[in-house]
Amino acid sequence: MDKVRVATVWLSGCAGCHMSILDVDEALIDLAERIEFANSPLTDLKVFPESGVDVTLIEGAVANEEHLEIVETARKRSKIVISLGDCAVTANVPSLRNGIDPDEMIAEIYGPEATTNGKLPYEVVPKLLDRVRPVHEVIHVDFFLHGCPPPAGVIAKAIFALLDGQTPELVGEDLKFG
Amino acid sequence: MSSKVQPDHVKLVIDGQDVSVEPGRTLLDAATAAGIRIPTLCHLDGLPEAAACRMCVVDVDGRWLPACATEAVDGMHVVTKTPEIETHRRTVVELLFAEGNHVCAFCVSNGHCELQDLACEVGLHSVRVPYSFRRDRIDASHPGFLVDRDRCVLCGRCVRVCAEVEGAHTWAFANRGTDARVITDLWETWDDAESCTSCGKCVESCPTGAIVCKGVSNAEMVKDAELPGELVARRNRG
Ligand code: SF4
Ligand code: SF4
Repeated sequence: MDKVRVATVWLSGCAGCHMSILDVDEALIDLAERIEFANSPLTDLKVFPESGVDVTLIEGAVANEEHLEIVETARKRSKIVISLGDCAVTANVPSLRNGIDPDEMIAEIYGPEATTNGKLPYEVVPKLLDRVRPVHEVIHVDFFLHGCPPPAGVIAKAIFALLDGQTPELVGEDLKFG
Repeated sequence: MSSKVQPDHVKLVIDGQDVSVEPGRTLLDAATAAGIRIPTLCHLDGLPEAAACRMCVVDVDGRWLPACATEAVDGMHVVTKTPEIETHRRTVVELLFAEGNHVCAFCVSNGHCELQDLACEVGLHSVRVPYSFRRDRIDASHPGFLVDRDRCVLCGRCVRVCAEVEGAHTWAFANRGTDARVITDLWETWDDAESCTSCGKCVESCPTGAIVCKGVSNAEMVKDAELPGELVARRNRG
């Protein structure tokens, strides 16, 4: 049987959701037999394969222009897109800056030294969006895994259901934010 | 209230089950007595009903009515759960999340919050309308408590407990629609609200992390929402 190709993406988030994937413990052994990771912070591969993937898990909120491109590509190259964790689902902690002008915020945090010839170095680092957004505000998302981070059991439940060709049944406590 | 059928009791059908209650009871009382759960948010035992949140809406002979504020009447046929009602309840919770600014991950009420629990109960997967990402100023002027209005769901439990149980009338509503806010003494800061007795009943009654004690950290705010009901029951016993 061909292995299911899984990508994971890390946008504006703390990496806790990726840690939670690793926290599925011995289920990792089962998973290793049934899936292969394509691009992911776990494999350090940065770009989506041209041939696409079956499932992409997205951690983090959409906070800058590069994130916009990444989620568009994720949608185009994946059969199923999953928002992994509260930052992806609600914008969560990164959204705390919403309502503050991004340029003013950077100037306040990094001071005048952060500029190149008086300008913010947006050729080197991606420009911040004026408002941090949940992933599904930008692309269609098929499933939502709540939690900060989502419990490993919920991640395993969703992935194994998909591997068995079923719709993950996310109910009750599975839907707890925070 | 007794589940035994008594001649003076009102008899009705809830979710296909024959139910009998004392006259004057609400549909919520009747359902609860029959072991049928109807989700609520603005209802709190011991307080007069506001029927503000519409979580407890049920189908009564084809009409949708709030179970907390509808008297059980002989011969009623009540259905507490249909796909349409479930969609309605989920939409209510969804809009509350969109309208305020709820970041459960670092809320003092994380894990002990009625809104967070309702999201699980009604099956809220994602909020489909844009979040307001509202940023109200927190009033932390009171020495013991603070109010973060971005986490307020306008249930009015603080307003009612303060007026009806404590008798202080410190809390009230200001403005309308998405501008509506709970305020202390005509929008004085809380420490300048001279009517406040600092009894803390609003803290215990508030279902979310909006009115909380100072000095608690993430997920540490555990409240006793049964307090108003117990106080009122004790008073009624005399
Ligand atoms: S008040 Fe409740 S729903 Fe709002 S952030 Fe706090 S825990 Fe979450
Ligand atoms: S502050 Fe709390 S109790 Fe008062 S209306 Fe808001 S959510 Fe309800």
